[in-house]
Amino acid sequence: MDAVLLSRIQFALAAGFHFIFPPLTLGMGLLIVINETLYYKKGEELYKTISKFLVKIFALIFAIGVASGIVLEFSFGTNWSNYSRLVGDIFGAPLAAEGVLAFFLESVFLGVLLLGRDRVSKKAYLVSAYLVFFGSHLSALWIIIANSWMQTPAGFVIEGGRAILTNFFEAAINHSTAERFLHTIVGGWQSGSLFLAGISSWYILKKRDIQPAQAMLKLSLTIFIVMSFLQFGTGHMHAVQVAKTQPVKMAAMEGLWESKDGAPLSVWGFPVASEKKTYLEIGIPKLLSIMVYADPNARIQGLNEFPDELHPPVFLTFQVYHVMIGLGSLFALMSLIGIFLILKKKLFETNWYLKGLLFAIPLPVIACEMGWMAAEIGRQPWAVYNVLKTADAASVVVPPWQILLTIIMFTVIYAFLFFIFIKFLLKLIEKGPEEIAKSSGY
Amino acid sequence: METLTVLQIIWFFLIGILFVGYSILDGFDLGIGSLLPLLSKNDEKKTAILFNSIWPLWDGNEVWLITAGGALFAAFPHAYATVFSGFYLALMIVLFGLILRAVSIEFFFLEAGNKKIWARTFFIGSLIPAILFGVALGNVILGIPLDSKMEFTGNFFTLLRPFPLVIGILGLCAIFMQGLTYTMIKTENEINESARLLSDKIWKLYAAFFVLAMIASFIFIPGSSKNIIAWIFTAIFIVAIIAIRIFIGKAEEFKAFISSSLSFASLWGIAGALQFPNLVKALGDDSLSITIYNASSSKLTLSVMVAIALVGMPIVIGYTIYVYKIFRGKTRG
Repeated sequence: MDAVLLSRIQFALAAGFHFIFPPLTLGMGLLIVINETLYYKKGEELYKTISKFLVKIFALIFAIGVASGIVLEFSFGTNWSNYSRLVGDIFGAPLAAEGVLAFFLESVFLGVLLLGRDRVSKKAYLVSAYLVFFGSHLSALWIIIANSWMQTPAGFVIEGGRAILTNFFEAAINHSTAERFLHTIVGGWQSGSLFLAGISSWYILKKRDIQPAQAMLKLSLTIFIVMSFLQFGTGHMHAVQVAKTQPVKMAAMEGLWESKDGAPLSVWGFPVASEKKTYLEIGIPKLLSIMVYADPNARIQGLNEFPDELHPPVFLTFQVYHVMIGLGSLFALMSLIGIFLILKKKLFETNWYLKGLLFAIPLPVIACEMGWMAAEIGRQPWAVYNVLKTADAASVVVPPWQILLTIIMFTVIYAFLFFIFIKFLLKLIEKGPEEIAKSSGY
Repeated sequence: METLTVLQIIWFFLIGILFVGYSILDGFDLGIGSLLPLLSKNDEKKTAILFNSIWPLWDGNEVWLITAGGALFAAFPHAYATVFSGFYLALMIVLFGLILRAVSIEFFFLEAGNKKIWARTFFIGSLIPAILFGVALGNVILGIPLDSKMEFTGNFFTLLRPFPLVIGILGLCAIFMQGLTYTMIKTENEINESARLLSDKIWKLYAAFFVLAMIASFIFIPGSSKNIIAWIFTAIFIVAIIAIRIFIGKAEEFKAFISSSLSFASLWGIAGALQFPNLVKALGDDSLSITIYNASSSKLTLSVMVAIALVGMPIVIGYTIYVYKIFRGKTRG
């Protein structure tokens, strides 16, 4: 098999596995700072109980996030060395900056958060929680800066085949950074809050740890509801940005082959690249034009306007994008029901809804994964949009059999890690916030 | 000198400093991991004490490696690309180790059943990178086969030549010494005693491999015997390694740790002096070597990065010291 394809599979595996965890740390981090702030202000033990529980889960998620994240940083050199040579002048800096300005902060103060509660003042502990929170979000910012430059490169010139930085701020805050950062963070907050809402629901269904569970559910569901509506806003902003800066990707996500004045927003369909047609298409007339340009007759470019070799894999891009949108809509529906139940004061008694929250735990993470797939697959055949093709980015010295070997290695390790992660997560949940709060030390 | 040249030299030093920081800090937790069976004698309580002594700190320590990797990528993309793709399998084995150790401590404390598995994964996960980092460094100093496009033309076994292996074991000894002196600071009674006994043997091994590495350098690295800066760092190393022995003898554990750190830093000093301005030497043909001049990023990138480093790193070092102070004192359980 060809080394480029194998390296793509390996990167997809590594990035896909890694990204199960960061959204959860973003959302859990938010929940921790809220509880710690409440504990600091009100002094009620309940908040401390909840926070201790959250910190334990956070640490478990974080450990696997670190373990899987370091693979990605190495990957640019090991599997994508031409990429590193050709765009390293720009792409390396945000990775280094992430270390200096974000990851140190997160990692060093996580130590305090996890094991330092009895060693520092209440105030220092609160500050540590905030620093971990800021650290993880700054981390996300630098990674999004790096990835957004691949989507909408700016602030550089090409000299001798290499991209050379001409303006750091233009490169960092490029045409998609802000939209994508907000969209990612809100996705993380959705993931973390529904994760906790689901766990809390389980306690309420099991009639145990009732006091912390009710408080956790109220808080996490509130955040989830707000984020689920907010996500439509950030998603919309991001989609408009894609339509304007990466029109091929938008056309692929919408399965739009012919350019159209007044293009519909596609809801369902099966695009077939070989026939350049989308079968069983269901769309809302003119909505895409309205959403992108606020004009029902605005022209949206179709795939046929671009040479075939510049089309991403249309079927996959279309489907993952639509699964994400579908899940986002489901979250909005769940939120509406949630608001209704909260107003009716029936949230804690509505077992079917609580069960729904429990089983929905993985869904926001899946939505995040689908969103990333739409972003990354939709950018193909480019590694850096309109600058460097993925096929020209791979290492030339690594034999395919070695990559195949490491794909097998990572598959085994990740499957093992995921299994152990679930095992210990369930164990922590089984113990519950009340028992964990009683145990001294770790 | 031109601004670009100055920046290239600054980045040679800054990356060196990041590696020194990594060696000193992650060195002690890698060292404890690599010596875990000998220090804990496979006893669960002792393992727990050793793990607790590093648990709140090791994560931050490893960020030095992540940052050094990122800085190498940003400042000298060609060196990063050549080494990481050329040493593919070796680095994947390192990654395997780093992944294992990243989760081991957490899993050890969460595990209700057989905790020993996670002590073992931490041991293996620490030992692999502890050896291979030195082997990798030995290779770029000795030189590796490169073509005119800066691509590695050797194979996995090219990496396992005698000189890099000697450097690998020397590095491992330095890491052992970091681990042992740190263990002495943080523990009492039996574990402390084990570390003390072990340190006698490791010290001898460390000194022996330093001498061996020096002789190997005279043979394999042209000009090494006339490199004055390397000699200065050699002198510092000798003072430091003698100081380790004296301070361990007097049970002045913190000073022993500082001496061990100084010895480690001077090894980097020697390596840097022999290597400058090369990053990766080409075997047989110096004109193909990857240097700070032909591998670097642009003036603008290097300047932006200097600004980030000058603002960021003092703050990092400041709060790292603060957090170390929070967790100072003997670990008891």
